[in-house]
Amino acid sequence: MARTEYVGVDTIAGPFLMLGDIRGVGYDELVEITSADGIPRQGKVVLVDEGATLVQVFSGTQGLTPSGTRIRFSGAPLEIAVAPSIIGRTFDGLGRPRDGCGPVLGGERRNVNGAPINPMARLYPRDFISTGISVMDTLTTLIRGQKLPIFSGNGLPHNRLAVQIATQSHLAGAENFAVVFAGIGIRHDDAAFFTSRLQESGQGNNLVLFLNTADDPVIERIATPRLALTAAEYLAFDLGMHVLVILTDMTSYAEALRELSVARGEVPSRKGYPAYLYSDLASMYERAGVIRGGQGSVTQLPILTMPNDDITHPIPDLTGFITEGQIVLSRELDARGIYPPVDPLKSLSRLMKDGIGKGYTRDDHPGVSSQLFAAYSRTQDARALAGVVGEDEINETDTKYLAFGKAFEEHFIAQGIEENREIGQSLDMGWYLISMLPAAELTRVTMEELRAHVGGDAPK
Amino acid sequence: MTAESRVISVNGPVVRAFGTRNMAMRELVRVGDLGLLGEIVRMEGEEALVQMYEDTQGLRVGEPVKGTGGPLSVLLGPGLAGSIIDGIGRPLSALLKEEGAFITRGVSVPQLDLSRSWEIRAEVSAGDVVTPGNLLATVRESPLLDHRILVPFDVSGEVEYIVPSGFAKGSDIVARVRGPMGRDQEIRMTASWPVRMPRPYAERLLPDEPLVTGQRVIDGLFPIAKGGVAAIPGGFGTGKTVTQHQLAKWSDASVVVYIGCGERGNEMTQVLEEFPSLEDPRTGRPLMERTILIANTSNMPVAAREASIYTGITIAEYYRDMGYDVALMADSTSRWAEALREISGRLEEIPAEEGFPAYLPTRLAEFYERAGRVVTIGGEHGSISIIGAVSPPGGDFTEPVTRHTKRFIRCFWALDRPLANARHFPAISWTESYSEYAGEVEPWFEAHVDASWGRLRDEARAILAEDEKIRQIIRLVGEDVLPNDQRLVDLTASLLRNGYLQQGAFGPDSFCPPEKGFAILNLILTFHRTAEKLVTAGCPLSLIRNMGELVELIHAREIPAERTDATADLGRRIGETLSRIGSERIAPEGRG
Ligand SMILES: Nc1ncnc2c1ncn2[C@@H]1O[C@H](COP(=O)(O)OP(=O)(O)OP(=O)(O)O)[C@@H](O)[C@H]1O
Ligand SMILES: [Mg+2]
Repeated sequence: MARTEYVGVDTIAGPFLMLGDIRGVGYDELVEITSADGIPRQGKVVLVDEGATLVQVFSGTQGLTPSGTRIRFSGAPLEIAVAPSIIGRTFDGLGRPRDGCGPVLGGERRNVNGAPINPMARLYPRDFISTGISVMDTLTTLIRGQKLPIFSGNGLPHNRLAVQIATQSHLAGAENFAVVFAGIGIRHDDAAFFTSRLQESGQGNNLVLFLNTADDPVIERIATPRLALTAAEYLAFDLGMHVLVILTDMTSYAEALRELSVARGEVPSRKGYPAYLYSDLASMYERAGVIRGGQGSVTQLPILTMPNDDITHPIPDLTGFITEGQIVLSRELDARGIYPPVDPLKSLSRLMKDGIGKGYTRDDHPGVSSQLFAAYSRTQDARALAGVVGEDEINETDTKYLAFGKAFEEHFIAQGIEENREIGQSLDMGWYLISMLPAAELTRVTMEELRAHVGGDAPK
Repeated sequence: MTAESRVISVNGPVVRAFGTRNMAMRELVRVGDLGLLGEIVRMEGEEALVQMYEDTQGLRVGEPVKGTGGPLSVLLGPGLAGSIIDGIGRPLSALLKEEGAFITRGVSVPQLDLSRSWEIRAEVSAGDVVTPGNLLATVRESPLLDHRILVPFDVSGEVEYIVPSGFAKGSDIVARVRGPMGRDQEIRMTASWPVRMPRPYAERLLPDEPLVTGQRVIDGLFPIAKGGVAAIPGGFGTGKTVTQHQLAKWSDASVVVYIGCGERGNEMTQVLEEFPSLEDPRTGRPLMERTILIANTSNMPVAAREASIYTGITIAEYYRDMGYDVALMADSTSRWAEALREISGRLEEIPAEEGFPAYLPTRLAEFYERAGRVVTIGGEHGSISIIGAVSPPGGDFTEPVTRHTKRFIRCFWALDRPLANARHFPAISWTESYSEYAGEVEPWFEAHVDASWGRLRDEARAILAEDEKIRQIIRLVGEDVLPNDQRLVDLTASLLRNGYLQQGAFGPDSFCPPEKGFAILNLILTFHRTAEKLVTAGCPLSLIRNMGELVELIHAREIPAERTDATADLGRRIGETLSRIGSERIAPEGRG
């Protein structure tokens, strides 16, 4: 494409360049920027006006000069080349090869922004993914095609958990399974942890990596998850693969977005984040699912670290409003050495209701999970009371709840980082734990289930 | 001239156009080479600001802008029921056929399939004199729904022609009416209506009949009337959508309009997959036949999200005018308010609270005021009930959308985070929720279910309220210090919570007819009254608490609704056990 090159810009401010009256430039178009010393960078058009065109530079404007900067408009949005050969490759945060293996040959170019899936074209996700982790399989079941984030905090083992899920999910063995990993502003160590762990478990050859590390340009982070999701959609909906997308850390993404928004002088909403943070996050999280008549699926496992462990902070809050549940890690459980430190009460899988029980996992799964939730919640009350009046002063029922809570945390939630439990085994453990409580407390399972599983304890 | 109108700036979903003098405020326009849809929201001299219903990626300065000659409208007629449309009225089935699985831009599809043939019955004869709102013909839209073709609001006179009973196409003329000036007016099976203009009615009525929802906590404690307005606020994952789905499934409305406004694609898919196979408990027909879905998911253009609410309420008014009771669910009104905020920000309007425009409360009021029970122009009784979900950031009900919404609604179902975390569903808080309709619909429940409906409601609420205080004490010092009568209140409240208020949406308990709900409540409260006498007479609570029948009482909701004998039997056995306990423990001269 022979496109006109413009030399010189009017204004350089923050990550933005402003050019005067230029015709024929499209909103959101990709821009090639060359500084006086000849080094190219990329940017995109964020405002077009008769008098001015505003360009946001991904790698920042440092070192650009008003007169020496050359600009070329590409006539297209940011794109990524997709081909079967992207599997096994590593790209940077803007989709350029980072592994020295050269460009993706013969690829088809795709707009990284994607397009909304017509709800009529979707197939409601119902297929249970066995992760082998009791607390997940039983209480926050992962479903193929779901978007289920991990809400974590600094220093908690979210990476380990994500790797365990990726390697143990039964999909992992399948031929047509791939992991797409987007590192957004993560430390080199974390990136190395993921690659080496996944490689060790034999996932290396169906892994696609997009890496923007903590020392890479911040503005690039806006593009990184979109590149990864475009690659994932291609693998899933064109090649029919089951794709697990790990996006980490979404907090860094949102911070990059805030930085841009502030630089543009937009009216901020909560905590300085732009008012469109919800829509912006949704434009990525909604890129998960199953398409009717297709073979593959995109399952999303975004990871975010909650600033100050605050779940009401806009990033986890808006994420929770978009995703189909959340897995919340607890600092308290972690401090007690319980791995995975999943807080079941705050965690939720919204899709589990249609993917468990008769014909999916086991008939009694809905009842058992509901009862475990109720019992563990009641345990918190008993603990609070025991904390006030002392363990010896509480009544018999509350004492039973304390015992239940302890066993539940130490044997059910806790498990080894390579321990893979069958769902049946987890549910049986669940019954064992429930049976520690008086029958009158078991209000969430049916009378029939009570008779079948608790036996002698159940009333006639 | 229109042909000279062109784009002069693009800022996300807001476009500035020049040379728009001949266009009108709120006119629907086609923008750019792709013909993207937008609506004029402000006019200044030669310029107009356009809010875009489609993504503006790639749009350039200088591309043309064309007026369509009218405001954003929705085509009303047979074929709406059972369908799913986007925020600006385009059927998703047509988009799927034209464009495939992903929604692309600049597509024009007809809003209704006019070539489809319908079974029609003429309801007037040539020579009859008709006035606005009169019934002209009935189309069988589905076995569940008669679609009534009415005389438009601006037409009256003598019927010159009426379609013969039999079959007619969506594009056909149903009648020709000769007006007072001798002018003939043709009435078609379908007609377009501007979505931002409320449809007229003759008179407002007070809502006094409940919208029966089959949800015990709603029907029993916080009922909504037909024509009422309710809000259901709650943090993420507290159960707004599930509750709205429950109401869409089980409430006794004739038509359900469900607006997925800025929420998840899969939730719409779920309705599409589930409703066709679910039976209406009253008619046995698939629920989809009475349902209209409007989908503007969170990743679809934000301005279309703003419009989706109006598209939905206009369709609801259309069916109301036929004399139906319509229930409209909007999930979530917060996303709609945020769309207003985003567009307002791009228009550089001065923000009021938290960036929302100052007109937020006005818009909310206008929307909720389109609900109500009315006498239609044609003299029928029809109603629209609105149930709006509210998604407060951080679950904090003091934020602007929740706060303003509360001013315009009369029924508040507050979702409670601790209840949701404990998986007590529906997580509708019995302390924070209220219904101003409770008194107005009580006579109906007393006439149709049981004469003591209101008394039992009051009793249950009193016990739950007292228990809140008791539980606070228990949390501080344990229950040992409490007198037996208070411990009984705590026991009964726990029966109410676990056996009555709690209702799983995904099992056989999903729909509970009010008769069954009442029977369970009656069992629990009868137990309470009897036990109270025993306790007052000095009987230890432990004996009562350990009765085997209490476990059955908590599980009474598992008894099928038609097995009233089993419920009655349980009541009898509870009574017997209590009186046995009483006679064993209390001396014959005891007061019990
Ligand atoms: N009546 C119910 N019975 C059983 N489970 C329920 C019920 N209501 C809610 N739930 C559970 O709570 C989960 C979350 O509910 P829902 O999706 O309705 O939340 P929400 O308030 O709409 O959240 P968001 O604002 O994020 O959309 C459901 O997936 C389901 O597991
Ligand atoms: Mg919801």
